[in-house]
Amino acid sequence: MLYFTFFLVAAAVAGTVPRARSHGAAVWELIVAMFEWFGDFAKFVTRVARAALTPPYEWRELLRQLDAIGAKSAPLVALAGAATGVVLSLQTRDSLARFGAKSMLPAIIVFSMIRETGPIITGLVVSGRVSAGIGAELGSMKVTEQIDAMEASAVDPYKFLAATRVVACILVLPLLTLIADFCGILMGWIANTLAQPVSPRFFLDNGFKDVVFSDFLPPTFKTAVFGFIIGGVACFQGMRTSGGTEGVGRSTTSAVVLSSLFVILADVLLVRLILFFYS
Amino acid sequence: MEHPTAEAPVTVKDLRKTFGGQTVLNGVDLEAAQGETVAVLGRSGTGKSVLLKLLVGLQSPDSGSIRIRGQEITKLEENRLNELRKKMGFLFQQAALYDSLTVEQNVEFPLMRHTRMAPGERRQRVRELLADVGMEKDLEKLPSQISGGMQKRVGLARALALEPDIVLFDEPTAGLDPITAGEIGKVIVQLKQKRKITAVVVTHDVRGARKFADRLVLLRDGRIVTEGTFENLQKSRDDFVVQFLRDG
Ligand SMILES: Nc1ncnc2c1ncn2[C@@H]1O[C@H](COP(=O)(O)OP(=O)(O)OP(=O)(O)O)[C@@H](O)[C@H]1O
Ligand SMILES: [Mg+2]
Repeated sequence: MLYFTFFLVAAAVAGTVPRARSHGAAVWELIVAMFEWFGDFAKFVTRVARAALTPPYEWRELLRQLDAIGAKSAPLVALAGAATGVVLSLQTRDSLARFGAKSMLPAIIVFSMIRETGPIITGLVVSGRVSAGIGAELGSMKVTEQIDAMEASAVDPYKFLAATRVVACILVLPLLTLIADFCGILMGWIANTLAQPVSPRFFLDNGFKDVVFSDFLPPTFKTAVFGFIIGGVACFQGMRTSGGTEGVGRSTTSAVVLSSLFVILADVLLVRLILFFYS
Repeated sequence: MEHPTAEAPVTVKDLRKTFGGQTVLNGVDLEAAQGETVAVLGRSGTGKSVLLKLLVGLQSPDSGSIRIRGQEITKLEENRLNELRKKMGFLFQQAALYDSLTVEQNVEFPLMRHTRMAPGERRQRVRELLADVGMEKDLEKLPSQISGGMQKRVGLARALALEPDIVLFDEPTAGLDPITAGEIGKVIVQLKQKRKITAVVVTHDVRGARKFADRLVLLRDGRIVTEGTFENLQKSRDDFVVQFLRDG
């Protein structure tokens, strides 16, 4: 697992590494590129964090980003959540029927939706949609010197462009997760009812009977971390774009690949962490 | 206001800049005195645009000193640098308009950011600025919907929005017809006469430069090889200079 991850990360960040002469040299350059990437990313994040925390704040631009990132992702997230709910219901129903445990179905749908499926589906869907958008937008601003123009007119692009987007992602992900959870559970119920009618009341009572706050809050708020990853990686890749339109394409792709990858990795860590603290 | 022993608002000493293995600037010395307009000439690819970007701190030099109003900008922290930048107007070679904002919003942007004007007053000011460069129509259009020359003029209006006292223009008249180019030249002359601004203007338009520039400098192989008024330069025997000014 660890090696695999390492390889993926290295391959993803190495887009800009020149062709090496031998395999040994190639691996070495990958490793160097990877450390450089993390170093630069850490610097970037520090700078963005400092910009985000020092007044004056960019409320207006933040609102615009909340709309562009949050409101405009909601339909997609709802759809993904709904589809997951249906699949979950169909799949689980079949398995449970075999063991004669069909009465567990509501609880299983609710639990898996709020504890893991909802958050990770939201994270992945948003990292596809949003990081591609941010990567391409900031990337083309970079190559057409619009970011330079902003800097020349004494506006800090780390504050105006990056901080607003990252903060918007952080705020919006937990909310989107709620939407995914809701749609997933709703569609889980509908799919269930089509096979065998159950009242929503019964479904919910049964589903939420054993749910406690710690089943719900930590997994929902861990998506704020996903939001940070998505916004941070996408802005970083966008703002370091070079090499014309091809470069914009490259940074868009790498923004999506890297943010999805890091969302999955972060999920693994966070799940372990949450289990450690809340069990 | 002016200090008796004050140094020129733009003072560059022994500036060097390389990209990878390529030396672009190799010891540039340049001064633009208060109220003076300096035209920077040179062949394509000699580093004129790089020089201008260094002057606002968009890139950092390998070595050398850049002093703007007496402050060494290569060592300045971000906030202080931004204070200086508010009083500097920069026109990019490719205009670099914000492509998601309309013409009007582009010019409004610096005013929104750095002034407390009321919305009505701000609109009025934007209109004036655009009228000065002959762009009072097409306020609602996006940069992609206007021509390159028009973008350049909007870029100029944006650069002048905060009433800068130092302006750096990268080929303000390139890609414009002779009449519009002449009008832009006049805008620059007026700026100088009315507000005594200091200007560094990169241009290929020798004839235009003759009208608006007090002094011409010629960049070649990373250095300034000749400088002087147009008349001075005309007397030069140097082949390169002669060739350069022939059509001027
Ligand atoms: N970001 C960069 N990376 C690498 N090389 C660069 C970069 N910017 C400029 N250069 C190089 O520096 C040299 C000078 O470029 P610059 O844009 O300043 O030329 P210029 O004098 O403005 O030319 P023109 O009159 O055509 O606009 C060029 O050879 C260019 O290749
Ligand atoms: Mg140039």
